[in-house]
Amino acid sequence: MRARSKGRAGTALTGALLAVLLVASVTLAVAIGPASLSATDVWGSVLHHLGFGESPLPGLLDGVVWELRLPRVLTAAGVGAGLAISGAVMQAVTRNPLADPYLLGLSSGASLGAVAVLLLGLGLVLPLAAFAGAMLALVATLGLASSLGAITPTRTVLAGLAVSALAGAATSFVIFWSAQGDAYREILGWLMGSLGGATWWSVLIVAVAIAVVGTPILVTGRVLDAFAFGDTAASALGVNVNGTRWLLLAGTAVLTGAMVSVSGSIGFVGLILPHAVRLVVGGAHRALLPLAALSGAVFLIWADTLARTVFDPREIPVGIITALIGAPVFAVLLWRRKAIA
Amino acid sequence: MLEASRLSYTIDGRMLVDGVDVSVPSGSVSALLGPNGAGKSTLLALIAATRRPSGGTVLLDDTDLGSLPRRERARRVALVEQDSATDVELSVRQVVLLGRTPHQSMLAGDSAQDGTIADEALETVGMSSFAARRFHTLSGGERQRVQLARALTQQPSLLLLDEPTNHLDISAQLSVLALVRSLATQGVTALAALHDLTLAASYSDHVIVLQRGRVVAAGATDATLTPDLIRSVFEVDAVVLRHPESGRPVIAFG
Repeated sequence: MRARSKGRAGTALTGALLAVLLVASVTLAVAIGPASLSATDVWGSVLHHLGFGESPLPGLLDGVVWELRLPRVLTAAGVGAGLAISGAVMQAVTRNPLADPYLLGLSSGASLGAVAVLLLGLGLVLPLAAFAGAMLALVATLGLASSLGAITPTRTVLAGLAVSALAGAATSFVIFWSAQGDAYREILGWLMGSLGGATWWSVLIVAVAIAVVGTPILVTGRVLDAFAFGDTAASALGVNVNGTRWLLLAGTAVLTGAMVSVSGSIGFVGLILPHAVRLVVGGAHRALLPLAALSGAVFLIWADTLARTVFDPREIPVGIITALIGAPVFAVLLWRRKAIA
Repeated sequence: MLEASRLSYTIDGRMLVDGVDVSVPSGSVSALLGPNGAGKSTLLALIAATRRPSGGTVLLDDTDLGSLPRRERARRVALVEQDSATDVELSVRQVVLLGRTPHQSMLAGDSAQDGTIADEALETVGMSSFAARRFHTLSGGERQRVQLARALTQQPSLLLLDEPTNHLDISAQLSVLALVRSLATQGVTALAALHDLTLAASYSDHVIVLQRGRVVAAGATDATLTPDLIRSVFEVDAVVLRHPESGRPVIAFG
């Protein structure tokens, strides 16, 4: 009994801390930049746009906060949360600690879809195309994996690698064949992940995806625990293993597609954060999913803030930052697993 | 009472289970014996309905398990697999609570009642003090006891165990099987695939002997486990002695 109440209190406390950290991060990240602002300025401006009082900032700076930085920071938060949820779900239903939207080909598929419509000049359907690409890649990966027998972790990763490589090659080919001049640069930034183009539209897409897909996934977290001991064990607990797996994976494909459509493919967020959170609160998904979402949001806000400030005035793709942080963290996680085994 | 009749399972043209009849009385322990590849695990999977049989029916207390919705079935039948995963980052108590899955709606979390049932199961297997430990830090014997507690938390009337003593040291083997025995006295019907004939002889009421997917012998342990049967099924010479105190059969080889 004591163990449980301690665990729940710990989870609630961690959640509260992360929520505070998230609000603070949003405020600070909006304040940080070439034109330096205070937290009071930021909140004053935001409240002004929500219909409360006058903005403390002159028109230009007020525009920087409301039109540029705030949507960008909120998009970063949403994308970070969405990727972390996707990663945690994929790791659970494929029983693969290495699973993330990147590894199973979802990101590459979404990129292919997005690049294709960008080059066709159909930017408006980009979210749809990214989603279709993600879905196609997922079906290809799991189809390939299950054609080899039961869906095991190793098979899923290998199939994902194959699909990723294929989608990557197709993307490169499409770019090579048709991109000219500025399109190259834009697409490159996009392939490595960037939040530079974030607008209130991006915020809306991300928010809707999280509300419609993320929330049901968070609520049904308990059923993911039943996958801990594999398909047979889950099935013997009365879980519809295949139905649940495909439903959840389709959900993560929608989520990833939405994220990739506004930010390009940002690696490592979906891989690392679920593991980091698992270290702290354990593997029960009712706690893991919301905490991974919160920490993913905080993480990506700061990664993006670094991306736009370290080489100021030049901006680097945020995917480079997440990879620079993510790869060593991942190595540490591998060593830790080795120690356990 | 478990009654499986004419159960078959064919995969890739190979008949792994071939028209098997199994009958296990309520509140008893039956051992499923046979050499590797005889179809023991497959038969258990068919009874648990984690695999769909090619033919035949499984009745538990006169209910056709195959016709039940899977959650309903999981409230009646629990399965303890051999060599369960070891890299699970759940706490012992959370693993045991998994047994409540078929009793809960998808949206509801673990209720206070679920917690009580899980705590009682931990108590039964003597693992209460491990409740907060992470599962992957346990020894093999401890893991197996936690899996038993998880199965108990399902509140099944039929408990299926696939090589529950695999890789355990001798004291853990005995304590796991003693636990299964005591569960049977509380009315649970247990069917366990076992490799060790002597363990089977000392802990089971009945044996079912499989060879190449068929039942070659079945009945009371005492009467069924004869040197002739052991020779023909396992291809080893054995004598069956009596334990001087318990009077249970003891099998000596050579």
